[in-house]
This record gives sequence, structure tokens and C-alpha cells, in this order.
Amino acid sequence: MSQLQFFIALVAGGLSAAGFALSFVTPFEQALLLKAFLGLGFLSLIRFFIPIGLWADGAFAVLGAVAVLTSIGIFQPAPAFFWMALIVAWLFSWLFVERLSKVLAPRLSDNAGLGLIIPITFGVALLVIWEVVTRGANVPPVLLPPPSMIGAQLANSTGILWADFVQTFVKSVLPGYVMGCLAGLVVAVLVDRSPFLKAGLLPIGNFMSALPIIGIAPIMVMWFGFDWQSKAAVVVAMTFFPMLVNTVAGLNAASNIERDLMRTYAASYWQTLMKLRLPAAGPFIFNALKINSTLALIGAIVAEFFGTPVVGMGFRISTGVGRLAIDLVWAEIAVAAIAGSAFYGVIALIERGATFWHPSVRGGRA
Amino acid sequence: MNRVLPVITILLAIVAIWYGAAISMNAPWQNTLNGRADLVDVPFTDFALQTWSQDKPILPAPHQVLGEIWNGTMALEITSRRSLAYHGWVTLSSTLLGFVLGTALGVGLAVIITHNDASDRSLMPWIIASQTIPILAVAPMVVVGLGAVGLTGLLPKALISMYLSFFPVVVGMVKGLRSPEGIQLDLMRTYDASPWQSFWKLRWPAAMPFLFASMKVGIAISLIGAVVAELSNAAGGGLGVRLLTGSYNGQTIQIWAALFIAAALAAVLVVIVGAAEKAVNARMGVRPA
Repeated sequence: MSQLQFFIALVAGGLSAAGFALSFVTPFEQALLLKAFLGLGFLSLIRFFIPIGLWADGAFAVLGAVAVLTSIGIFQPAPAFFWMALIVAWLFSWLFVERLSKVLAPRLSDNAGLGLIIPITFGVALLVIWEVVTRGANVPPVLLPPPSMIGAQLANSTGILWADFVQTFVKSVLPGYVMGCLAGLVVAVLVDRSPFLKAGLLPIGNFMSALPIIGIAPIMVMWFGFDWQSKAAVVVAMTFFPMLVNTVAGLNAASNIERDLMRTYAASYWQTLMKLRLPAAGPFIFNALKINSTLALIGAIVAEFFGTPVVGMGFRISTGVGRLAIDLVWAEIAVAAIAGSAFYGVIALIERGATFWHPSVRGGRA
Repeated sequence: MNRVLPVITILLAIVAIWYGAAISMNAPWQNTLNGRADLVDVPFTDFALQTWSQDKPILPAPHQVLGEIWNGTMALEITSRRSLAYHGWVTLSSTLLGFVLGTALGVGLAVIITHNDASDRSLMPWIIASQTIPILAVAPMVVVGLGAVGLTGLLPKALISMYLSFFPVVVGMVKGLRSPEGIQLDLMRTYDASPWQSFWKLRWPAAMPFLFASMKVGIAISLIGAVVAELSNAAGGGLGVRLLTGSYNGQTIQIWAALFIAAALAAVLVVIVGAAEKAVNARMGVRPA
């Protein structure tokens, strides 16, 4: 047992002992599961004499989460031992993850399934703590709604959410993304032919991609009107420069010896471009595509703050805040997060297939 | 000089295109105006000058934007609410606070992640996932939400900037703290260095180039975060508010001026971080390449 594990186990056991003792101030038939969990946590101190397996710690963590979640409404306000139980449950999950990662460390490659448990545990712990704190401490839902409420809202208003998704993602983000990335790619290939243009445009492109391009949203709304065209224009402007800069860098990735080989084959400029330099630029282009996938969504949503028809994720978020319909806003955030992650994931999958030869992909990690 | 000339040429070309575009984009409205005033057959040079001096042009000419910036900074008292310098300062202060908080959080998380395997595996995937939440898009809501608990003024905006800028710092610092090679770590072990010593004398210096590269990205996006966070609180001032009010009132020149100030701020901040990088590198004995 490492020093850290020893310490966590000691604190978890000690806290549950204290909580167990405190829990006797309430009538004993109340919150039995909570009390049982605290008692078991107290008993876990025997690990200092008889070792207990790491899966037992995982079971403690699950039991603790269930016990805390089921006894939220019983006490008003929640007593100290309730919060202690929450902390103990979290400590057990930490101990579990700590021990699991020590077990996994030597044989990571053949344990992909087990490796997933750790991040999932962390995510679930975060959700449980969020739920318990918001409901147990009576945080006003206007401020931060509990995850269960957001989930319910998500299930209830699929119609609105879908319409917003179509307006923002399908109509604004995708066309803007495709146009911006294609334009960046084409301009990069053109610029690549002229050293003078390259020397002049690259510093400006680098500079532009660091600037708050999102600020052009009001201008684009004025030029292209309220509907999706102005949002797509913002997305084009935001995705253009990362693509330009990355592709120009990528076109230089093919080494001189490879280019000389193409010359000995008497390959034309276009043959060299299509068969050597663009494939060699693949990793850079995909890097830009990945960066742009999140930028595009953000750009479209922020642009909707400056004027939009009465549909769209940005519109729903800004009006939801005004009407204090915060659970709807959070449902919209959840949709945006899922859409953004999925978009990124799709690009990463395509990357894995298209640039399978690159060292960073060959290792099996994208 | 070889590197400056192309950049200047391109910049001049952009300005020329801009003036040309201003003529064609403002022409329809100018034609309407001239039609109402019964002006016919305006010579082209006069017409061009007219399109470059409209009150609410579709595309303001560069000199109009520069004039607005001049009026907004030099011609007014710094403390005036109409001064662009005042709004720029509001944005800059929350940018800097957010950047400092974000860098501190990022470095702290990176240190924890490099020293604890469990937190590496549990934290890192969620830190990456956290960035797929379009926080920039929900920033106004976060600001309003924090305002409801009594957190107003600088801090909520700085928190948005922090959320945006900690990510590049975490990613860069984790890479940087892991950049010492096994042979170097082994050398530290043969010196009987404590973990603390090998952190301060090996890992931390080795991570410096990564930290500065991340900080350049981080400070630019923390400015974006501050500007977007301002959209929700019109009373608080800032460049974001100038953008928003300009958008509602059709004041294009005002929008462009705010945009240019924001761009200049971002550029200056990145240059400052770059200068700090050079100074630190020189102090650590890196020879200029």
C-alpha cells in the first residue's frame, strides 16, 4: 500500500467512524442505508490488519453513492453525517481508482476495458456529487440545476432541441465548416507556389488565428442578415486561418529527398502535389480539421447572440437565460457538448483511417 | 528586411482591397442618397470619397475606423464611459486576471497529473471532454448565474477566461514536465535527489518552453473569453459591450473600432508573453538560434 493509499484509507475509515457515531442522534429507523454504509466504512479500517481487495473499495463507493442519493430528501436540512457520507463515498472511489491504476500500470495495453473504468468512475462521481450538492444543499435550480432535472428536460423537449440543432449545426456549422476548410486548403496550395506570398501571408495568417475573430459576428449579421448565412460566414472566417496555417506548414513536411525522388520519376507539379505532398500534409490538415470542429460550433452559437430567427442553440441559450429557464439552457449545453464531441470524434476516426501510416496513429492512439 | 517586405506588401494589398470593397459595398446606399438629393452624374472620385465617409456604412473605410479609435482614445478623458481606452481597460483587466488564474490552475493540474497515475487516467479524459462544451457559447449564462449569487464585476468574466486558458496550459505543461528523458531522471537518482529536487531542478526548467508556447495560445483565447463574457452585462462596459451596442444601433464604425482595439490588445499581449519567453530563455542560458 502506497503512502497516498494508506492516507486515503485512514481518512475514509476515520470519517465514516465519526459519521457513524453522529448518525445516532437521529431516530434509528431513518436512512438505514446511509447508516449501514457509514458502519461498513468504519469496518473497512480492518484493512490495516487483513488486506481487502480493490473491488471491495469499488463496491463501497457504489454503495455510498446509492445510499447518499436515496437519502437526500429524508433530512431537512441535511445533517453533518450526510455530507460526511458523501465525502467518504468519494474517498472510496478515489481509493478504488488509485489501486486500480496501480494494478493496471504494468499491463496497460491488454487492459483497454479496465482502463476505461477510471475515467468513467471520475465522471460518475462528478455527476453524483453535482446531484447531491445541488439537491442536498437546496441550491436554487436557477443557479445550477441538478443533473436529473437536466436529463428530464432533455427528454421532454426533444422537439425544440432537435429544431435548434438542425438550425445551428446542420444549417450553419456544417456548410461554414466545409467552406472555410476548403477555402483554407485551396488558398494554402495556391500560396505554396509563390515563396513571396508565403512569406507575406503566413505571419498574417498566424496573427489572424490568434485574434478574436469571433468579434466579426455582428458585422456578418449586418451583411448577411439574421438567418443561417451570417452564422456560416462567421464559421468560414474562423476556420479559414487555422486551416491555411496548418496546411502551408504541412505542405513542407515532405522531405527534400522524397521530392528529389519524385523529380527523378519526372513527376509533374500536380503529380508531386497529389501523390506526395498532400498525403504528407495529412496529419497537419487533420489537426486543423480537429481544431476547427470545436471552433465552428462555438462561432455559430456566439453569432446567434447578435441576432437570429427564433430558433437555434444560441438563441435558445440567450432567451432561456432571460426567462430563467435554466434547465432548458443546460439541456442545450448538453446537446452542444454531445454534438461537439461527436463531431470531433468523427474527424478523429476519419483521421485514423486516412493517415494510418503516421507514427502518432500507428501506436493505436489518436 | 527579407521577411518584412512581403508582409508589408500583403498588408498594403489588403488595405487597397478594403478601400475598393468599401466603394462597391457602400455604393447602393450612396446611390439612394444621391438620388434623393437629385445629384446625378457624380464624378467617380467624388463618389468614392462619398462612400468612404458615410455615417453608417456597410463597410467603413480604414481611415474612418482609425478616426473612431483616435476619437475614442486620445480625444476623450480616459475615465469617460464613452472612451475606448476605458472599455479596453475593462476587457484587459478581466483578461489578465483570467489568464493568471487559468495558468495557475493549468500548472497545478499538470503537476498533479504528472505525479499521480490515477489522476492522469481519471482527469485527463475529462479535461479534454470539458473543452468540447462550448463554454464560449454559454459564457453569458454563466456570468448571469454567478451574478445571481452576488459574484459580479471582474471575477465572473475572469472565470470564463480562466476556463478557456487553462486547457492549453495543462496539455503543454503535462508534455513539458514529462519531457526529461529517462537518462536524465536516472542521473538525478544517482545524485540522490529528492522528488522535490528533481522537480525543481530538472522537470520544471525542462517544461519552460512548453509553458510559454501554451501561454501564448492561452492569453489570446482568454481575451476572447473576456470579450464574449461581456456580452451579457451591458452595464459593466468592455469591448464586448461596444460590439453589442454597435450591433444593435447599426454603428458599424463603432464595431470595427472595438474589433481593432481587441485585435491590437491580443497582439500586444502575445508579444509581451513572447518577450518574457526570450528573457527567461536567456536567463536559463539558451542561446539565440
